[in-house]
Amino acid sequence: MKYTILVNEGPYQHQSADTALQFARAALEKGHKIFRVFFYHDGVNNGTRLSVPPADDRLIQKSWSELAEKHGLDLVICIAAAQRRGLMDADEAKRQGLDANNIAPGFRISGLGQLVEGGTQSDRLVVFGD
Amino acid sequence: MSTKNFLFVNRKAPYGTVYALEALEVVLISAAFEQNVSLAFIDDGVYQITKGQNSRETGMKNFSPTFRALGDYDITKLYVSTESLTERGLTVDDLMELTYEDADDDYAEKPSIILVNREEMAAMMAEQEVILSF
Repeated sequence: MKYTILVNEGPYQHQSADTALQFARAALEKGHKIFRVFFYHDGVNNGTRLSVPPADDRLIQKSWSELAEKHGLDLVICIAAAQRRGLMDADEAKRQGLDANNIAPGFRISGLGQLVEGGTQSDRLVVFGD
Repeated sequence: MSTKNFLFVNRKAPYGTVYALEALEVVLISAAFEQNVSLAFIDDGVYQITKGQNSRETGMKNFSPTFRALGDYDITKLYVSTESLTERGLTVDDLMELTYEDADDDYAEKPSIILVNREEMAAMMAEQEVILSF
């Protein structure tokens, strides 16, 4: 089965960020394909590299990056939702005249069309969030 | 890009959280990518299309006029849960008059809102290929 995963909630605030990550891991272990993981609403915060939780807690953003590297996942952050919440890649930060960028490795910023394409190209689109 | 039946399920009130506003953004993009798009309004989602919205005091943008543009994007099927309306003391008269021009019928203006009960909503959902819930 080919999946697209939509993550609508930020890490730590809401269990669904962890659940989406665990679903992705489990699907890959079972031999399924993941066409894309799309991050929307506060879900975009799964893609910041500047998150520093206490040492005894999980680092969700890093887990996404590692999973992406291991399996060649396409992790896409919605640009409109990201800009509202202060997530920038280097190119966009430069374009906006800002002095920093904060995208974690393995993530890329793109448009909502990438989510629509995920829906058309996958057998299932699974939504995580309220 | 191939075409599928997309259903966007709106379950939350229009203000208070950003879900409804950002859902509408995906709806418009999906139509721009020429998908067959329907909307459902369930639970507090029915408040998204009530008439006379004024969000000025909240500081949030009143985006309800955008729903009137859906017909121009060929989004003509807005399924509203009758139970969700009734549970909130609302009737169809409390909703905006959302219409579209039917190109197959000499551009006659027709209502986009379709009132459905839970069974009809479930049957409609069973026909969809991609369901996104916000």
